[in-house]
Amino acid sequence: MLDALTWATAVAALVLAAWCGWAAYRDQPTKDWHFIGMAVVSLLALVQLVVGIVQLARGEKPEQGTTIFVSYLIGAFACIPAAGFMSLAERTRWGSVTVAAGGVVLAVLQVRLYDIWGG
Amino acid sequence: MPVAEEKPARTRLIGGPGMLLVWLYGVMVVGAVSRSVVQIATEFDKAPLAYSLSAVAGLVYGFITYSLVRGGETARKAALVCCAAELVGVLTVGTWTLVDPSAFPDATVWSDYGMGYLFIPVLLPVTAMFWLRKARTEVPAGEQG
Repeated sequence: MLDALTWATAVAALVLAAWCGWAAYRDQPTKDWHFIGMAVVSLLALVQLVVGIVQLARGEKPEQGTTIFVSYLIGAFACIPAAGFMSLAERTRWGSVTVAAGGVVLAVLQVRLYDIWGG
Repeated sequence: MPVAEEKPARTRLIGGPGMLLVWLYGVMVVGAVSRSVVQIATEFDKAPLAYSLSAVAGLVYGFITYSLVRGGETARKAALVCCAAELVGVLTVGTWTLVDPSAFPDATVWSDYGMGYLFIPVLLPVTAMFWLRKARTEVPAGEQG
């Protein structure tokens, strides 16, 4: 369950990164549709956070430690909303680049989460 | 211009590409600081040098992020100095980890020139220094904040 979510979130994050990268390439700021995309990716990360905590509560142990696991889960959840707010403040193509970078960062976090959980 | 002495308009450093820089520096702050806090709190004896260096890196990133967000000529200069220090740090620690791996039982943020962080630690200060130098030339002298 958690592994599937991790991969789904990573792929969604990369799609979001490509989408916002495309917007940046066309010299456009992030638009409503991009924010809906960000909301979807953030929702995935939120579900992942909840599922991760439930797994911990049921007594399962991440391979590389609970503290690191939980901090990465929180980081992954905060990643896209933070980038989204910054793109609201920067209504140029650079706002789109920022969200694209956020998507890449989130994908990297997912790979790390996979390792930490011990998949 | 005479007013500029009393009420200096702060140079905005986070417009355009600056926003991307703030984001990447922000990520590095969270990464380096949280990493070093966990490691120093739980296993400091294992690799004290590595963990201390990660903590220092986190502080430098934090200061640069704050300077970028704050804006202004002083902040710009301070950030420029810190970026140079950061670059020197990355290059020194990167070389150090390659030459004498035994000194680092565990990785730092700056190990192998930041390879574990997609080389962002070595690319970021160079990009930021270009940006901060450009920011100076673009500011109109009498701009009001």
